[in-house]
Amino acid sequence: MTTSDETLLSIEGLTVSYGPVEAVRGIDLTVKRGEIVTLLGANGAGKSSTLNALVGLAPRKARKMEFNGINLLDLPPETIVRRGMTLVPEGRRVFSSLTVNENLMLGGAKHAARGNLVAAKADMLDLFPILAERLHQKAGSLSGGEQQMLAIARALMSSPDLLLLDEPSLGLAPQIVDRIFDLIGNLRDRGLTILLVEQNVVQSLEIADRGYVLANGRVELLGSADDLRASPEIQDAYLGV
Amino acid sequence: MDIFLQQLLNALSLGGTYALLALGLAVVFSIIGLINFAHGELMTVTGYAICFALIWGLPFPLAVIGGLVVAVAAAVLMERVAFRPVRGASGTTLLLTSFAVSAILRVLFQNVISARPIPVSIPTSLSGVITIGPLHLGTIQLISIIVTLVMLLGLNLFLHRTMAGRAMRAASEDFAVLRLMGMRANSIVATAFAISGLLAGVAGILWVAQRGSVDPLMGALPVLKAFIAAIIGGLGSLSGAVAGGFLLGFIEVILQAYLPESLLPYRDAFAILLVIGVLLFRPQGLLARKTIIKL
Ligand SMILES: Nc1ncnc2c1ncn2[C@@H]1O[C@H](COP(=O)(O)OP(=O)(O)O)[C@@H](O)[C@H]1O
Ligand SMILES: [Mg+2]
Repeated sequence: MTTSDETLLSIEGLTVSYGPVEAVRGIDLTVKRGEIVTLLGANGAGKSSTLNALVGLAPRKARKMEFNGINLLDLPPETIVRRGMTLVPEGRRVFSSLTVNENLMLGGAKHAARGNLVAAKADMLDLFPILAERLHQKAGSLSGGEQQMLAIARALMSSPDLLLLDEPSLGLAPQIVDRIFDLIGNLRDRGLTILLVEQNVVQSLEIADRGYVLANGRVELLGSADDLRASPEIQDAYLGV
Repeated sequence: MDIFLQQLLNALSLGGTYALLALGLAVVFSIIGLINFAHGELMTVTGYAICFALIWGLPFPLAVIGGLVVAVAAAVLMERVAFRPVRGASGTTLLLTSFAVSAILRVLFQNVISARPIPVSIPTSLSGVITIGPLHLGTIQLISIIVTLVMLLGLNLFLHRTMAGRAMRAASEDFAVLRLMGMRANSIVATAFAISGLLAGVAGILWVAQRGSVDPLMGALPVLKAFIAAIIGGLGSLSGAVAGGFLLGFIEVILQAYLPESLLPYRDAFAILLVIGVLLFRPQGLLARKTIIKL
């Protein structure tokens, strides 16, 4: 673990509204370099809205929204991604009519030098051997687990500092879920910082350093993963003790 | 048999032009969900550009290049001025905007240039007829078939072999996620318009070359046909647009050839009846696929 004290992402008073619907109602959130931070909460709590707002895909307001010293508030998604923060969206959303190779190449579109693109791809095929086998298959023909790996690899192609993952285990078989969580651990060991949205509370708290629990667009609970695991609220609501 | 072959060539040439236009509509629709009714005016602009270039004494090939440059520039400008401000708005807003652009351009053509057709002096070398065995093929017809095929092939290569092309295909599936790849939304949309402008320009030149004149409403009818072709193919599907264009061309040529004389004035009505028939069986179009338009 290489958690440092350097704050990578710092959010204060984030709100997300879709017309009259207030999905996120003023949350504060920080992520330090090297951490895995998990964002938990029931369906509709505002987790996806938070992540989408961070990358500029949802309408957002905030007192402060800083990543790596850059003010994110007025930046479009493409610029935010180019500055080193990217999102693997909920539901994978691979480009299904494009091949695995094409999905990866697009993921690396920000690399101006072809050499960097090629190196990033080689790195990803190393990390995900299954994608090397499926390189020229249409992404839509992959299994759910393979599509999730592709979605993650595609995001990693931009060599981000901070990776936002939105429910990567959603709808996958238990042994695939284990592999995804193993992978998340590997990524952290490679120095990546991760903000992980999950409904799989047990496994998320096992892997994370800290966590936030959202309910109705507000932070209901926060703390170290150990504290959260021990808290009566989590025990009652999620761990079924 | 010879007559059939002859009709086949006619259909290829007419259908090819529809296909190019339908493809231009589909490229834009697949990415931003806009049915651009001002597409026809891009054709017309190209026609005027060639016309004036020739009047100013430019040689024909240069006039053609000039026409294409003007078409692409006009399409990109149209996006920048009229469509970018309403990007992501409802389908109705987009549609009305494109009607407005089309209407404004027509009025401009009528008042600034002329309401009447202006003759375009096409080189006589292009007005010949080539005889291959029993077949008679106008030089321009032959050129238009070849140009259509080259354009389709070129676009296909672009879409599959270049990063920008891959981005266009990805954008038609999921625009928001493409932005997460670091692709600039504005340049993707501008590229789509540039391509549609190029396609409209090529179609415009072929149209003018066959008819020898330009008028303010020149683009209206072919683009209406292209719109029908794109619907037959399944709006938003590029291969569907091409298939729909050729299909409509075939239907029209066959009706023209085999309808009794007294019914010929109703040719388009019969063609549209067939289209309605297609849509009754496949309301989503022949080669439709699902498109998500999310910005
Ligand atoms: N694009 C949208 N338009 C309108 N309402 C939305 C949109 N996205 C999410 N919402 C609403 O915002 C609330 C939070 O949703 P979301 O952020 O997806 O929650 P979670 O990811 O925690 O399940 C929900 O009530 C949801 O219906
Ligand atoms: Mg969600």
